[in-house]
Amino acid sequence: MSTTENAPKKNGIVEWIDYRLPIFTFMNHELREYPTPKNLNYWWNFGSLAGIVLVIMILSGIFLAMNYTAHVDHAFVSVERIMRDVNTGWLLRYIHMNGASFFFLVVYIHIFRGLYYGSYKPPREILWWLGLVIFLLMMATAFLGYVLPWGQMSFWGATVITNLFSAIPLVGEPIVTWLWGGFGVDNPTLNRFFSLHYLLPFVIVGVVVLHLVALHTHGSNNPLGVDHKKNPKDSIPFHPYYTAKDMFGLGVFLVVYALFVFFAPNFFGESVNYVPANPLQTPAEIVPEWYLLPFYAILRSIPDKLLGVVAMFGAIFILFLLPWLDSSKVRSATFRPIYKQLFWIFLADYIILGWCGAQHPEGAPLIIGRIATAYYFIHFLVLMPLVSKFEKPRALPESISTPVLKTEKA
Amino acid sequence: MSESASASATHGQHGHGEGETRRDFLALAATAFAGAGAACALWPFIDSMNPAADTLALSTTDVSLAPIAEGMRVTVKWRGKPVFIDHRTKAQIDEARAVNLGELRDPAKDEDRAQKAEWLVMVGVCTHLGCIPNGQKQGEPRGDFGGWFCPCHGSHYDTSGRIRKGPAPLNLAVPPYKFLNDTTVSIG
Repeated sequence: MSTTENAPKKNGIVEWIDYRLPIFTFMNHELREYPTPKNLNYWWNFGSLAGIVLVIMILSGIFLAMNYTAHVDHAFVSVERIMRDVNTGWLLRYIHMNGASFFFLVVYIHIFRGLYYGSYKPPREILWWLGLVIFLLMMATAFLGYVLPWGQMSFWGATVITNLFSAIPLVGEPIVTWLWGGFGVDNPTLNRFFSLHYLLPFVIVGVVVLHLVALHTHGSNNPLGVDHKKNPKDSIPFHPYYTAKDMFGLGVFLVVYALFVFFAPNFFGESVNYVPANPLQTPAEIVPEWYLLPFYAILRSIPDKLLGVVAMFGAIFILFLLPWLDSSKVRSATFRPIYKQLFWIFLADYIILGWCGAQHPEGAPLIIGRIATAYYFIHFLVLMPLVSKFEKPRALPESISTPVLKTEKA
Repeated sequence: MSESASASATHGQHGHGEGETRRDFLALAATAFAGAGAACALWPFIDSMNPAADTLALSTTDVSLAPIAEGMRVTVKWRGKPVFIDHRTKAQIDEARAVNLGELRDPAKDEDRAQKAEWLVMVGVCTHLGCIPNGQKQGEPRGDFGGWFCPCHGSHYDTSGRIRKGPAPLNLAVPPYKFLNDTTVSIG
């Protein structure tokens, strides 16, 4: 695995093409030689995993669309036909359904890894923003897709979420009518949702490409948060070290994913969505998919329509300001004794918000939800700026290799 | 984490002879295993494009023969395609059976193409490039052999639906069918 093995193999056709379109040079540069910090742990697997899940989602989605009918009279039946009559249609649908949950799981781990190791700090601010754009697009795509089976939860989820926009002063009502293409969620809504649900994943692919360009400009952050380009000993080529590690992680991931697809395919779903949409009756409980619950809890915590919607969107947009809210020069929480504790409290707070989102908004869950919502914003707007000013970080190693070499000598 | 990475790096630098072949074998075996797995995982996607169970369930069509008088030709739809039903006259049957098999491009006896001599049942799709031959309706050209004539590229079929002239390579196909009783045929 020395340098000779990483050099591209000489091949007449490859060289002929490469001279005219340097695609092989590009791939060799970005996927083989690409200098990567040598100390990445398994939390760094989740970026490539998210990319692979995106491909799985697009692939299964394209094949599902071949058998889906975007019409209020046929949508529910066409999904049932996919489940019963289309060859392996049940498998494609369960891959797609559970794929959405696993996509969010992987991306949440990816985001929280970034929060712990300070991956949003200079010079990776735009990389962080592009990631947040992907996250927003994913939420939109997931919501649109959830409407397509045209079950009870699809219909009423669509009604509730589109009505969020009615909170906008003055133009709220016209905007909601425009979103619907009518006077309620109906066939025009379903048609445009299908069109957009097919479009957005490809927009995500585009932003992912930008995300990767930004990533490869300064390279990956790492668990120590020390720049790996200062010391040549700190980098190893991406191939075979991280291709192998990513593939191993993928194998583990696919085993867990397959367990749900084959043995608990409806674990993440709501059984009410197997009842066809009925515009004349709302189900007893409207609950979004688990990955949207924390934001749903924030929405319901605030007893004012407009402020609730503002808080919900604000909870996401606040993440764009992280590079300035956290002014500490030290990236990794490993060297930040106070921020490290705040990180885990914040993670717990986020999980509590998720739990509240699934409960009836009354009694204890409502109070807990309000406290958790308040803490969410206090964490970013008060604690982070203060801690980054007053915290005394532990001494940073000069380079990634330094601590390792010291232990080897000892 | 960092230890394992640097450990494998050291192995790589010192790896030659025995260690190298073992690693090559592992790499090849793992790649082959993953490749085979990916190929298998593609099958459900490809198979989902094959006809679904409800499509296959529509694959028989029952036709009542009672209203079809002698000399009449009727077209019915089976699996989305036209099926020609020809209530042949004595003259047409005799003409079909008098042909010397040696002069046929796709030799087949008329006795083998029609379960009952007076009822000819065929898929009405030209074996050249899929057009529907003329000859079902009154006044349409029936070609040089009194059967069917395909207007797209000029294939002539005889009264047994066999190709006699033109570019088509094969006779008009006979679908699977059976007579449920004297006046009903089930195609498919």
